[in-house]
Amino acid sequence: MKSIVDFTVKSNKELNSSTILLIVESKEELPRILPGQFVNVKIDNNSVLLRRPISIHDVDYKNRQISLYIKVLGKGTASLKELEVGDIVNILLPLGNSFDISLGKKPLLIGGGCGVAPLLYLAKVLFEDHNIKPTVLIGARSEEDILQVNEYKKYADLLISTEDGSLGEKGYPTNHTVWDNPEFDCIYCCGPEIMMKAIAVKSKEMNIPCEVSLENTMACGIGACLCCVQDTDKGHQCVCTDGPVFNINVLKW
Amino acid sequence: MVNTIVDLNGLKLKNPILTASGTFGYGTEYSDFVDLEKLGGFIVKGTTINHKEGNPYPRMAETASGMLNAVGLQNKGVNYFKSKIYPEIENLDTNIIVNVSGSSIEDYIACSEIVNDLSHIPAIELNISCPNVKEGGMAFGTSAKAAFDVVSQVRKAYGKHLMVKLSPNVTDITEIAKAAEDAGADSVSLVNTFMGMAIDINTQKPLLSTVTGGLSGPCIKPIALRMVWQVAKAVNIPVVGLGGIMNAADAIEFMLAGASAIQVGTANFIDPDITIKILDGIHEYMKEHNIDDINDIVGII
Repeated sequence: MKSIVDFTVKSNKELNSSTILLIVESKEELPRILPGQFVNVKIDNNSVLLRRPISIHDVDYKNRQISLYIKVLGKGTASLKELEVGDIVNILLPLGNSFDISLGKKPLLIGGGCGVAPLLYLAKVLFEDHNIKPTVLIGARSEEDILQVNEYKKYADLLISTEDGSLGEKGYPTNHTVWDNPEFDCIYCCGPEIMMKAIAVKSKEMNIPCEVSLENTMACGIGACLCCVQDTDKGHQCVCTDGPVFNINVLKW
Repeated sequence: MVNTIVDLNGLKLKNPILTASGTFGYGTEYSDFVDLEKLGGFIVKGTTINHKEGNPYPRMAETASGMLNAVGLQNKGVNYFKSKIYPEIENLDTNIIVNVSGSSIEDYIACSEIVNDLSHIPAIELNISCPNVKEGGMAFGTSAKAAFDVVSQVRKAYGKHLMVKLSPNVTDITEIAKAAEDAGADSVSLVNTFMGMAIDINTQKPLLSTVTGGLSGPCIKPIALRMVWQVAKAVNIPVVGLGGIMNAADAIEFMLAGASAIQVGTANFIDPDITIKILDGIHEYMKEHNIDDINDIVGII
């Protein structure tokens, strides 16, 4: 069941010049949240009309908190950056489907840029609930964009690639040496579409199952407006309700 | 006990709140947030005789106090509605209205005939104003003659309440409203979206795959309100007002301007439970202003 909840800001930390980690707390018990699901956040700013869909980065049921890892890009996310401890944030959750945990036993999680956001909670659920220690490969432009490293290390073996070589291997996640002798049997991927498409090609070549998480622009987040559609083998499907996670085999990429 | 029942030419609503087609799915999308039976009714998404995939992505762009959409009537067709959706919602104690769209008069008639047989659907809203389909749609709603033709043909095929949804993309909306009335419409609803566009200056490309789309949201409210006021003065059938209604005050403005009922659209995307908040707000307003019957405020401007 989806609900509209007033959360209170517990912390709002700038991770780098364009990324924030927003932790919010609910007065009531959190609903069950699956890895890959997202929230739709109301923006308290008259020049922003629609809610902003944001991946769930982490969940702390005990303290009734969720963490949102947010790239500050436009007016909506800039308003979220201004939030202070104690402020109220109205959030619609939990939305969307989730990653299919049964895809394999040795998963490789690939995140590009801000696309790493949902992978932390996925790694945590794999590790804590399924006794699987996944490999997480994070790709970014440069060292200062590689964030939350210690968080990922709690649940996963962490690999890093940067375009400028300032941390980890130089290059893109698609040409990391993890591909040379693959020890993984499934892939979960979130990041820029161009990266996800390249990963999809590689995984098809290697015959390894692969899911990607999409972020098409949306209005409602609950399957009513039909704005966020993706072309699939079943026709136009809503990223907000049929996704955001899709197996690459259904996508017309 | 105050009265919120409104009578749209025989179509009785327990209160004046309806939801705008295309913003409320089939109702079920909102059942986690709204007790659907508390609404005067809801209007299901634009339904056509055949399945429609709609327009390619991207279909939506946020603009100042508004949004553009170019969904293009994506739906699985009226027979899918009849066999798969209708059984799920038919027993709800509210008015379920089907928005009927088409690209030819024959399509409108065929679709209306199928809906006519559904005993728990007391009305259709004839969509002659969709700006996002290549053929038909808005073409029927931008000339008085074309509007008269399609409404009078559907009138012969459809026996229950016939509401006609008007386009604001015309020079004089009262002419189209009068044509719909003359052709036998039981009520008119207005306005559909305004045709607009937006461009990404970095890519130098339109933000919508179709270049143009329909503008909705609070930015259109003053124009929509003016049109409702004009049409309410020009016709003798009930007017249903919509266009950027975000709260109870907006809804009351439309009623003062002449709307017997209102539709909430884009606001559903932001606050899925907004219809109930608007209903509560109307009750508060009636109490504050000692209004016993909501009908007393309709059209007093």
